[in-house]
Amino acid sequence: MTTNWTIDAVRASLEAKKISARELAADFYKRIEARNAELNAYLALSPETAYAQADKIDALIAANEPLPPLAGVPVAIKDVLSTRGITTTCGSKILEHYVPPYDATAVTRLENAGAVILGKTNCDEFAMGSSNENSAYGPVKNPEALDRVPGGSSGGSAAVVAAGLAVASLGTDTGGSIRQPGALCGIPAMMGSYGRVSRYGLIAFASSLDRIGPFATNVKDVAAILQTIAGRDPNDSTSTSAPVPVYTAEIQKPVKGLRIGIPRDYFGEGMDSGVRQKVEAGIELLKRLGCQPVGIPMPHTDYAIATYYIIATAEASSNLARYDGVRYGLRVDDPTLIGMYRKTRGAGFGAEVKRRIVLGTYVLSAGYYDAYYLKGQKVRALIAQDFREAFTKVDAIVTPTSPVPAFKLGERTSDPLQMYLADIYTVTGSLAGVPGISVPCGRICGKLPVGLQLFGPAFGESRILQLAHAFEQAGGASL
Amino acid sequence: MKISREDVVRVAELAYLDLSESELETYRAQVDEILEYIGKLNQLDTENVEPMAQVLTDDQTADATLRDDIVVPCGLAVEILKQAPDPEPPFFRVPKVIER
Repeated sequence: MTTNWTIDAVRASLEAKKISARELAADFYKRIEARNAELNAYLALSPETAYAQADKIDALIAANEPLPPLAGVPVAIKDVLSTRGITTTCGSKILEHYVPPYDATAVTRLENAGAVILGKTNCDEFAMGSSNENSAYGPVKNPEALDRVPGGSSGGSAAVVAAGLAVASLGTDTGGSIRQPGALCGIPAMMGSYGRVSRYGLIAFASSLDRIGPFATNVKDVAAILQTIAGRDPNDSTSTSAPVPVYTAEIQKPVKGLRIGIPRDYFGEGMDSGVRQKVEAGIELLKRLGCQPVGIPMPHTDYAIATYYIIATAEASSNLARYDGVRYGLRVDDPTLIGMYRKTRGAGFGAEVKRRIVLGTYVLSAGYYDAYYLKGQKVRALIAQDFREAFTKVDAIVTPTSPVPAFKLGERTSDPLQMYLADIYTVTGSLAGVPGISVPCGRICGKLPVGLQLFGPAFGESRILQLAHAFEQAGGASL
Repeated sequence: MKISREDVVRVAELAYLDLSESELETYRAQVDEILEYIGKLNQLDTENVEPMAQVLTDDQTADATLRDDIVVPCGLAVEILKQAPDPEPPFFRVPKVIER
């Protein structure tokens, strides 16, 4: 069976008893067996958990009981999210055999909604990267072009949905790690506002930036997944108490008259001409839908990468201090405790992680804290202010998601700074805490996908989902 | 040059990271390039700007996030120790910490 499943299609087929939840899971495992070796998108499969859940759903169907909202929907989970009883490696050797004793809240919520978790997806090590080439378990290939990257750090989560190996997946976004792979693989991908989804059980990279969000094949499914995982969690004090709207209903609202901000600072040099052409066509489509484009200044855009790589690496150096070989994960023995720490971390971390720990420790160290970390926090305030001011004039901001389409494997790995500059359009929203979605906006030469990014005001997820949905329905992906 | 080999050695000590000679030089050069780039932040006058440590909004105030100081059971100790590199329940065994 090579159907392109959506959440609605799964629901309809289960209710009509055309397929059972178990058969559907089995079908996806067959697809995975056929393609995963080539893509390297899944790191671990969880058939025991999956079939146990599927059987529960099938029992409800047999008893004609009402089904939970995501009943039987096969999903994949990025390997930085804790899943009870299923290995969680964060793409690192230091956690190669780690099996969490608990589930992340986002995972629990998907399971309570009836979703069937097929397995854990490959990612850049500890979510650090923009190409999924920093995984200790090998890179992920872009299903649209096997010699190219899927983007990162949630490359595996993007690839499995784009390749039909899951109906939806969860990724995480710290500087662009959901939106950019979504753009490069040609699927919608979203991060809600900071605090919209509980981070409990997300193995931390940068605690003031990390967010969990969905990939799916269409915007309505993105809305449905976000709705399921969002909401206050007592286990995460940074999760907001603001109620969760019914996003799947909100997306139907008309977009005519909405003011869309076009920030000239995002449309300067450094953008691939193919990307520019598609994004401009996307803006034209939004105009045809009745949106009013408004030019807006976002004067601190150019400083966002520098700010991000101070703050994120500083927070990472702190968060990764826990990997010391004492309680879990890899331990490399030594007669002394400090020796054990040093050898364990030296052996267990990959190059990008070590590089960021070095940078992050440096910018926090005595004598440099003010010049770097404190300065970074001040510029972060200025960037957040750019967004707040923009949203007094517009309802959403439109930008390209990535300055380039999927690049070739190995193309950017020799120069870390080059790789960092790929995040130029996404890190701004990360620093400001606002929600962002990438929606497919055509393909260059009919092959390489391009993403259009929409930023909304804090907790304005409904607004950008509305726009993304209307854009998609009007044929945005075929521009 | 913004960062020297000695700087990287010192940072690696702070971060408990064993780095080989070649790693030391590679990271030094790369971090140097990055710090050079980060220097552009000095173009901005931030004299009167409050540093922003987090992006939380009004409803995420201390009042909203504090709970009563009640012990909530968490029965995972046995499971956690099973994962440990060198468990001696209820302890994690480690190399000697205190020199006699």
